[in-house]
Amino acid sequence: MRINPRFTNKLVQLGLNFQAFFTVGILVIIVAIICFKGLPYVNFEFIFAYPQDMGRLGGIFPSIAGTILLALLSILFATPLGVGTAIFLTEYTKESIFTKIIRFGVESLAGIPSILYGLFGFIFFVIKLKMGWSLLAGVLTITIMILPTIIRTSEEAIKAVPRNLRIVSYSLSATKWETVTKVVLPSAIPGILTGIMLSVGRAVGETAAVIFTMGSSLRLPTSLMDSGRTMAVHFYILAREGISMEKAYGTALVLVVSILLINVLAYYLMNKAISKYS
Amino acid sequence: MIKNPVKKEQFVKWVLVAFALSSLLFLFLIFIFILFEGLPLFHKIGLKNIIMGSKWAPTKGSFGIFPMIVSSFLVTFGALVIGAPMGLSCAIYLSEYSGKRMKMFLKPALELLAGIPSVVYGFLGVIYIVPLIRNYIGGSGFSLLATSIILGIMILPTIISISFDSLMSVPKTYREGSFAMGATKWQTIYKVIIPAAKSGILASFILGMGRAIGETMAVIMIAGNALRIPTSILDPLRTLTGNIALELAYATGDHRLGLFSTGVVLLVIIMILNYIANFGIKRKM
Repeated sequence: MRINPRFTNKLVQLGLNFQAFFTVGILVIIVAIICFKGLPYVNFEFIFAYPQDMGRLGGIFPSIAGTILLALLSILFATPLGVGTAIFLTEYTKESIFTKIIRFGVESLAGIPSILYGLFGFIFFVIKLKMGWSLLAGVLTITIMILPTIIRTSEEAIKAVPRNLRIVSYSLSATKWETVTKVVLPSAIPGILTGIMLSVGRAVGETAAVIFTMGSSLRLPTSLMDSGRTMAVHFYILAREGISMEKAYGTALVLVVSILLINVLAYYLMNKAISKYS
Repeated sequence: MIKNPVKKEQFVKWVLVAFALSSLLFLFLIFIFILFEGLPLFHKIGLKNIIMGSKWAPTKGSFGIFPMIVSSFLVTFGALVIGAPMGLSCAIYLSEYSGKRMKMFLKPALELLAGIPSVVYGFLGVIYIVPLIRNYIGGSGFSLLATSIILGIMILPTIISISFDSLMSVPKTYREGSFAMGATKWQTIYKVIIPAAKSGILASFILGMGRAIGETMAVIMIAGNALRIPTSILDPLRTLTGNIALELAYATGDHRLGLFSTGVVLLVIIMILNYIANFGIKRKM
C-alpha cells in the first residue's frame, strides 16, 4: 500500500509541532513547579536572614552573598584573560599552527565536565597550593571553567565588527592597540557582555566544581581564604540530606529565577549585538 | 606607562600572547594533576584490575570500576535514546517549519533549558520521576530509566542548537531543487536536508553524549548509586562521575588516588568523544 506523501507530510508537520511545544512545555513545567512550590517560602526574611540549625530555619543570606562573590570574582579574573585571548586570536595573528593549538586548548577546556574541574581544583588549589576549602580556590577553579565561553563569544563579537571601521582607524594613523581599544572593543561590547552574562549564569548554577573547592561552610565568607556556600550547593545539601524541603524549594526559586534573569539579559544583549551590524 | 608607541605595541602583543597561552597552561595543569594523582594506582594495582575489575572496595584494596564504566555508557546511551529524537525533531521544526517570529521566541526558550542547574534537574527527578517509576513500573525508582529520562532532557539544548546550526547551513538551493522536482516538504527534509546536514547532526549527538557522561549532581541524586552492573532498566547504578562526587569529600590515601584513577578514565573517554565531535563539525564547514 502506498501512503499519500501529502498525508505523511501533514502528519509529520503535526508531530514536529507537537514535539517543539512539548519541549518548551518541559521548561515551562520546571519553572512553574519551582515557582509554585517555592513562592510561599520566599520573603524578605528568607533572603536577608542567616540560616539557623543547618538551614532548617532562617534565611539563605550567606549563600546568596557567597554566590555573588564567587560569580563576580571569577568574572573579574576570566574577563581580561578571555577577552585578551580573543583579541589576540582575531586581531594580532593570522590563522596558523599556533592559533590552531590555542583553539584546540580552548575547545578541550570547554568539553571537560565540571566534576573534573572539581577534582583538579581540589588537588591543585585546595591541597597542593594549600588554599584549603576557600572562596579563592573556588574562584580560580570557576575562572578556568568559564574561560572558554568568554573567549568564544568575545571572538564572535570582535569578528562581527566591520572591517571598514578598522581601516578608517588605521588611516587616521592609529596604532593597532589604539584601534582595538578605541574602535573595535567599544563596538563589540554587547557581544562580549553576552558571554560574560552566560558565564555568570554558569557559575551561579554550578555545584560539582564548587563544592570540592569552595567547600560548604554556612558562614558568610569575609576573606578570600574563608570557605563558603553558593545557593546551588546550599540547595543540593538541603535536598539531598533532607534537611528541609520548604527551604530547599525556596532556595531553588531564588536560584532558578536569578539564572533565568541572567540568561534573558544575555539574550537581550546578543540580539542587540546582532541587530547592530545587520 | 610606556610612552613610545612602537614599544607599547610590542608590550601589548606579548601580554596578549601570554593571555592566549593561559588556556593551554590550564589544560596542561588539569591533565598533569589528574594524571599525576591517578596514574600511580594503575601502576600499583594494574590497569586490568582497575578497568576490568568488578569490585570497588577502596579501603580494602579493590579498585575495580568496570561496573561504573558500563553504567556511565548505559545512562549515556539511555539519554541519547530519549534526547536524540526529541532534540532532532525540535531542530527540524525550528529550521524548516517555524516562522521568523516563532523562531525568535522558541530558540532562546529552548536554550534557557541549558541554564537550569543540574541540581534542580536532579531534585525534580527525585520528587516527580522516581516516584512515578516506583509506583507504576516497579523497583525503587532510583534507576537507569529515571537517570536516562533526566539526562535525555538535559542534553536537549546541546542537540537542538548544534543540529539547528547544521540544518540551517544547508544551502537554500538544495531545498529549491527538491521542491522543483515535486517533492513534499517532508520528502525534501529526510531525503535531501538531513543527509546534507548529517555530520553536524551526528556531532550534536556526540557532544550530547559528552554532556551526559560528564553530568554529576543530577545523576547522584537519581541513579541510586549501587555498586554493580544493572541488569534491567529499573536497577540502580553508579556512574564514574557519581563515584568521584560521592566519595571525594572524605577519601584519603589510596582511596583518594582511586577516585583520581576514576577521573583519568573519565577524562580519556571525554577527550575521545570531543575529538570525534569536533572532527564531525569541522568536516561540515
